[in-house]
This record gives sequence, structure tokens and C-alpha cells, in this order.
Amino acid sequence: MAITAEQLRQGTKRKLGPSLSRLRLSSRFILTSSTFRLALLYMLLVGVSVAILLGFIYWSTAGYMARQTDATIGAEIQGLAEQYRRRGLAGLSTVIAERIARDPQGASIYLLTAPSGNPIIGNLDSWPQVAPDAGGWVRFRARQSLGEDVTIEHETRAKVFRLRGDLRLLVGRDVRELTAIRQLILDAMTWGLAITVGLALLGGWLMGAGIVRRLDVVNQVSREIMQGNLSRRVPSAGTGDDFDQLADNLNRMLERIEALMLSIRQVSDNIAHDLRTSLTRLRNRLELLHGADLSDEARAEVEVAIADADELLSAFNALLRIARIEAGSRRAAFADLDPLPLLQDVAELYEPLAAESLQTIQVEGVAENSPCRLHADRDLLFQAIANLVDNAIKHSPSGGQIRLRAVCSETSVELSVTDDGPGIPPELRDKVLQRFFRIDESRAAPGHGLGLSLVQAVAQLHGAALSLEDAAPGLRVRLRLPKQAKTQTTPSAAGRPSSPV
Amino acid sequence: MRVLVIEDDPQLSGYLAKAFGEMGASVDLADNGRDGLFLAAGNAYDVMVIDRMLPELEGLAIIRTLRASGNPTPVLILSALGEVDHRVEGLRAGGDDYLVKPFAFSELHARIEALMRRSAPGDAPVTSLSVADLELDLLKRQVHRGGQPIALQPREFKLLEYLMRHAGQVVTRTMLLENVWDYHFDPQTNVIDVHISRLRAKIDKDFDQPLLQTVRGAGYMLRAD
Repeated sequence: MAITAEQLRQGTKRKLGPSLSRLRLSSRFILTSSTFRLALLYMLLVGVSVAILLGFIYWSTAGYMARQTDATIGAEIQGLAEQYRRRGLAGLSTVIAERIARDPQGASIYLLTAPSGNPIIGNLDSWPQVAPDAGGWVRFRARQSLGEDVTIEHETRAKVFRLRGDLRLLVGRDVRELTAIRQLILDAMTWGLAITVGLALLGGWLMGAGIVRRLDVVNQVSREIMQGNLSRRVPSAGTGDDFDQLADNLNRMLERIEALMLSIRQVSDNIAHDLRTSLTRLRNRLELLHGADLSDEARAEVEVAIADADELLSAFNALLRIARIEAGSRRAAFADLDPLPLLQDVAELYEPLAAESLQTIQVEGVAENSPCRLHADRDLLFQAIANLVDNAIKHSPSGGQIRLRAVCSETSVELSVTDDGPGIPPELRDKVLQRFFRIDESRAAPGHGLGLSLVQAVAQLHGAALSLEDAAPGLRVRLRLPKQAKTQTTPSAAGRPSSPV
Repeated sequence: MRVLVIEDDPQLSGYLAKAFGEMGASVDLADNGRDGLFLAAGNAYDVMVIDRMLPELEGLAIIRTLRASGNPTPVLILSALGEVDHRVEGLRAGGDDYLVKPFAFSELHARIEALMRRSAPGDAPVTSLSVADLELDLLKRQVHRGGQPIALQPREFKLLEYLMRHAGQVVTRTMLLENVWDYHFDPQTNVIDVHISRLRAKIDKDFDQPLLQTVRGAGYMLRAD
């Protein structure tokens, strides 16, 4: 069999589609998970603390070195000023010359100028262009000629001092090394901060992902339990951590719920047993009485009493039935079936009743390119559709038309019952699903107001959506049942024609 | 006819004993599971009526034990548990029919008669049925009355066939739903009555002697008198 490229492409798309969307989904979960947000906040806090800490270290190392330099320069100026006071200009010049001679590298910078601005002595080529600040400090690029053809330029911090006789003295230090060290410290700190933030982010992500994964398990189990599988339990990782405790607590709660449900079921079974037994007794006594030698009048009374007892019993049975279907335990009788013959059976059963009031019942099945299979409880589904048809017959005018329709698609089967009666006003559509609720004008019709409640219970058991709609005119009740994956059966005719029964 | 009733409710079993007695059957009663099993294993009965919820030994356990020892006596299970899976459980354990309380005695009676007829051995396969001048040919799927052909819908044919197979017996509406339509459900309206009156219009209308009769408070009966 040849496989076209298109099929292949679709195949891959189908295979890739869900996993991609799951990935997207999970990253969205991580971003929205409160744990991850906490981790982000934590990362921010760590980042800020580390930044403050590093700032302090920077201040106390690089800053200390700068302060040391300033202090040395200050002390030297004090010393030179003292020399000038005691030994005059000549003495000062001598000291400066000695110091310059001792430092051929030019790490210490000196310049003494006359009031005219001309240099008297110094190892700086010219007075800096930069104006000093209020304290006399100046930072500039010094240019020194240290001999023939040797000129160096470097970053310098210096202080300017004014001596008596309008002389100006500049004392500075080469701060290249200091700047380099400072840059080194700054670089190291920046990297340190970046790594810290990166690690915190990674840790937060991992932590968030791990937590989301474990929460996912809890969510998955909860969903299964809500679908009626009460025996499911949350698995525990066996580490005894908070999540295991949560799982343990949930499991204990589930066990309690299961025990309660079981006891409710037992109680209702017992009530059913006891009450129905008493009712049996009552009805059978009436039946015995009916067989006895009675006047026609008394016999008629007994017949009415039996009918009343039957009425009571049927309401009671329906109520118990709904309660048990709602308990969601009745999936044992589920089997694969084709809904169309079921609709035809309902139509066939009710057709004579409809014909009495000149109504017709039509059945239509639409199957889109696949055999229509449904996983359902045959008797309950029949009961539900029968109740809907029963209602439609009761509430449609004479000569009306009732349409049963099964529409099969890839993912779901939609069964609908449509009549052309007065319909149900929108505000009452929720209420008619409640037990014993009946729209006032229909009080005259027989029934106990449990028919639609039972339909709803059956819908719930099948995971189906039940909706009441305006068919303009009339009412359309739609049951949308999810389809099971296993549809591997013989192909059937697609789009069967409508067949009036 | 010998009937064994295993039922712990004394009023119900007393009533059953009286009703069966009026039918001319001899009845043995047991009010707990152990005595019931003892009686069932030691005597030959035509039919047994066994409640599900019993003291000492559960009803289904009795049936399983009897079936395991090769006892073929037809069993009708009585129960207050009416759900389909309960019914399936009961039939799987070896019960032949399942009746949910509360039931009319006529319903029980009709079912027991049907059970006993089903178990009658040695019958050759039936190809035609007849009641008075009404004849039903199972092979040709034709119905005649007094020599005149009667046209019936497939479901009407099945309905008539069931009634004729149980001619002279009361057939209840529930039995018809279960056997002719093959669905276990509670109709809100008596839809069966309408089908019966249609069938009656076809087979009885043009004839002096009505065959299909309504039995008040119980069901229907096809008979020749």
C-alpha cells in the first residue's frame, strides 16, 4: 500500500502536535505556578543582597586604596610646605629635586611654579589643563619627559597647593595600577553577580518544574476521581516530604469519601429493601382484597387504590434509580453500540402512542465517514431517549412531528429529540431538570416530574452534555456523548437517508 | 406443583404461601438461607423462589451451590435491588429470572408459569402455533385466522408469537418489554397497551370470539374460551 507524502506529513503533524502543545502547556504552567513566582522573587532578593554585599567589599578595597593614595599625597604636601617654611624656596627645590631623582619611573609627580606660571622645578611637562576641585584635587593624564626621547603618559591623581609668595605646588601619584586593580575587582564582582542571578534562576526553574510535575499528578488523579473512578489514589514519592504528606492526606480524605459513599449506598439499598418490601405487602394485600368477594363499587375502589400504590411506587423507583445512576457506579453495563437502531427501537415502540394523537416520529442518522459506535449503557440510553420521546408526545399538539436524530462525528455522537410543541421558556430550562419540577400548565398531564432528571443523570453517567434548545417552534433536547477511541468495526453506510417510521 | 420459597420477610412468605396454595401448588417455606439450601438440596421442586438478601446465607450463594451440584430446578430471584448490574449478577449466578420488589403476585405467577414451560423437556422444535382458529406459521412468518390471512408488522408478529407461546397464561407488560422489545426500562406511559390494542384490532376485530384479553391489574392473556 502506497503512502503519500501528504499522509506522512499529516501523520507527523498528528504525532508532533500533542507533544508540542503539552510542552507549551507545561511551560505556561511553570510560569503561572505560584512556586515559580516565589522562586523568581527569591532570586531577586538574593541578587539585591549580593549586589549590596559586593558594593561594600568594593568600597572597602578599591576605596581604601584610593584613600591611602590621597593620604600619602596630603602628607607629602604637608612635608614640602614645612620645608618651604623653614628653608625657603631653595630648600624646597632641593628636596623636590632629590625626590625626583629617587624615582626614575616617574610614579611620583611634582611641579612647582612661579607666580608668573613658569615652572621652577618638577617632572611634569606642563601644568594640567583641568581645573582642581574645591579641595585642590585634580585628576588628569600626566605627560612626563624622563630623559631624552622618553616621554610617558599616565593617569594621575594630584593635589594643588598654594604656598606663600604666590607659588603653586602640585604633588601627584601615578594611579594606573590602582585603576587596573579597581577594574579587576569590578569585573570580578559583575561576573559574580551575573552567575549568582543565573544560578538562582536555574534553581527556581528546576524547583518550579519539579513541583509542577508533582502537582500535575495530583491534578490528573483528581480529574479521574471526578469522572467517577473513586478508587484512584495519589501516588507518593516515598520521601515523606510535604508533597507526600499532601498525597497521604488526600488519600485519607478519598478513603473517607469512598467509605461515606459506600455507606450511603448501603443505606439507600436498605431503604429500598425495607420500603419496597412494605409497599409490596400493601399492594399484595390490595390484590388479595381485589380477588375476594366484593361489591362492584368496592372493587372499583380497590382498583383505584392499586393504581395509586403503583403510581407511588413508580415515583419511588424512579427517584432511587436517579440516585443510583448519579452515584456513578454503574459503568459495568457499558458496551459498544450503534445509536441508530436504538433510536429506531424507541421510535417503533412509541409510534402507536404518537399515532393516537396523529403525531409522527422520524428517525435520521448522519454518520461522517466512520462507523457510528458509542460506549454506553444500552438500557439507560434507551430509557433516556424514551423519556424524551414520551415528553415530546405529551407536549406536542395533535398532528405534530417528532424528530430523532443521531449525528456521528470523529469525536462525539449527538442524539437529539425535537418536537414542534410550545417548547420551554429559557428561564425554566434549568429548572425542568430538577426533580419533581413540572411546568404549571402541564400539571394536568400524567407523570411525576422525574423524567428529565433521569435523562440528566444518564447524561452525567455517560459524560455527556445535555442541552435544551429552542427549535423555533418547539423544543430540541440534545445529548452530546463523547466517543470512545475504539471504533475498529465494519464500515457502515455513511449518511443514511432519513426513514419515517 | 411443588414450590420452594426462601424469603425472610414472614408477611411476604405467608402471603406467597397462601397465594400459591390457592393455585393448587404445595409450598415449602424457609426463612433463612441455610434452611433454604438444605430443603432445596434434599427435595425435588418444580420451581424455587429465592430472595437475595437473606440471613445466614445469601440468595446468590444458594443458587451457585445448587448449580455447582448439578441441580437444574428453575429459580426466580426476588430482590429489592433492581439495577441492571444486580440483575446481570443474579442471572450469572444461575438464576433463570429476576423479579424486583415490589411486585404484583400476578407478575410472579406469570413469570413462574413461563419458567416452568421453558423448562419442559423433550419438545420438538415448534414450527407453528395455534390458538382456536388463529394460526401462526413460524417458518413462512404468516398469520391466519379462520383461513383469512392477517398482515402484521415484524414487531406485531413477535408480540403475537410471544402471546401464543404463552397462551392461557397471563403475560405482564414488563415481560413483553423484556422479551419482545428486549429492553429493561420503565415506560412513563403504558406504551404496551397501545401496541396490544393495535394487534387486537387486527386479529379480533372481524371475529365473534375475542382471543386477546386484558387481565385487570396484571397484563394480557391470549386464550380460546
